[in-house]
Amino acid sequence: MSSTPDTHETATFTGAALALGDDALILSHRLGEWAGSAPVLEEEVALANIALDLLGQARILLSLVGDEDELAYLREERSFRNVQLAEQPNGDFAHTIARQLYFSTYQHLLYGRLASGDGPFAGLAAKAVKEVAYHRDHAEHWTLRLGDGTTESHERMQRACDALWRYTGELFQPVEGLDVDHAAMESAWLASMTDILGKATLTVPSGPRTGAWAAGAGRQGLHTESFGRMIAEMQHLHRSHPGATW
Amino acid sequence: MTSDGWPLWEVFVRSRRGLSHTHAGSLHAPDAEMALRNARDLYTRRSEGVSIWVVPSTEITASSPDEKDPFFEPAADKPYRHPTFYDIPEGVKHL
Repeated sequence: MSSTPDTHETATFTGAALALGDDALILSHRLGEWAGSAPVLEEEVALANIALDLLGQARILLSLVGDEDELAYLREERSFRNVQLAEQPNGDFAHTIARQLYFSTYQHLLYGRLASGDGPFAGLAAKAVKEVAYHRDHAEHWTLRLGDGTTESHERMQRACDALWRYTGELFQPVEGLDVDHAAMESAWLASMTDILGKATLTVPSGPRTGAWAAGAGRQGLHTESFGRMIAEMQHLHRSHPGATW
Repeated sequence: MTSDGWPLWEVFVRSRRGLSHTHAGSLHAPDAEMALRNARDLYTRRSEGVSIWVVPSTEITASSPDEKDPFFEPAADKPYRHPTFYDIPEGVKHL
């Protein structure tokens, strides 16, 4: 089947918007799961604030390519384009912080580049990059305190960093429609991790980030086991009561 | 992890340039840097501020309610201490 340049361009734009929008939507939902069970009240508000920032980004991005509610609540698992890192379960607090550190550092690099370009996402990225800078800062501060804290917090933080490492290669797989140098972004990301984890007295994980033993095909619609349960919870209200408002 | 043992911090927020920092509330945090961040999330999410101070609550010395009368009562009947005998210039909004 051949397609005209126009429809190809549209499909590329849609794919890129879904990739960015789904990352934000899915991570937002995961962070929202902490509501009511975060370690301390102050931190619960901090996580909810990050979740709401991401939800705001997701709403704009999904609305660019369709009806935001339909896209969020009525798509099947295989149609989501988020990276697998975003959907990983909260685990303990250290896992949540490691996930945020990996993701927000990546998102900050990406949005910084998109904002300085002249692509269709420049305006949105320019606004979001300031939010994301705070998310990264928050994760960095906790990484330093957990890594360089007690023996137990150090162990847990190291375990979390190790466990999620295999999902970080996917972040730098080129996405069609995002005109950025993914390889340069990856070196910047790795340098940043080496710096922060070093300061936190943690070891940069040595496991594979790419290749057969790494994870990551979320951008192609393949997701990890816990994702199905997560979107079932996220979507069940809208599916049970279509069009419900409050 | 619990907040047991985390010190209490008093939060002061300056809402606009030119105004003083005003007490906004208090919160728990492990250290000053985290207290600033928690304060940002708790008290300035709706554009309430341009600057935040956090102060350990233990560093605040407060007047006692028992001393209310000797402290404040004598000021009540001395109107000449109040700046009511001249016009405030236009443009001075926060005197």
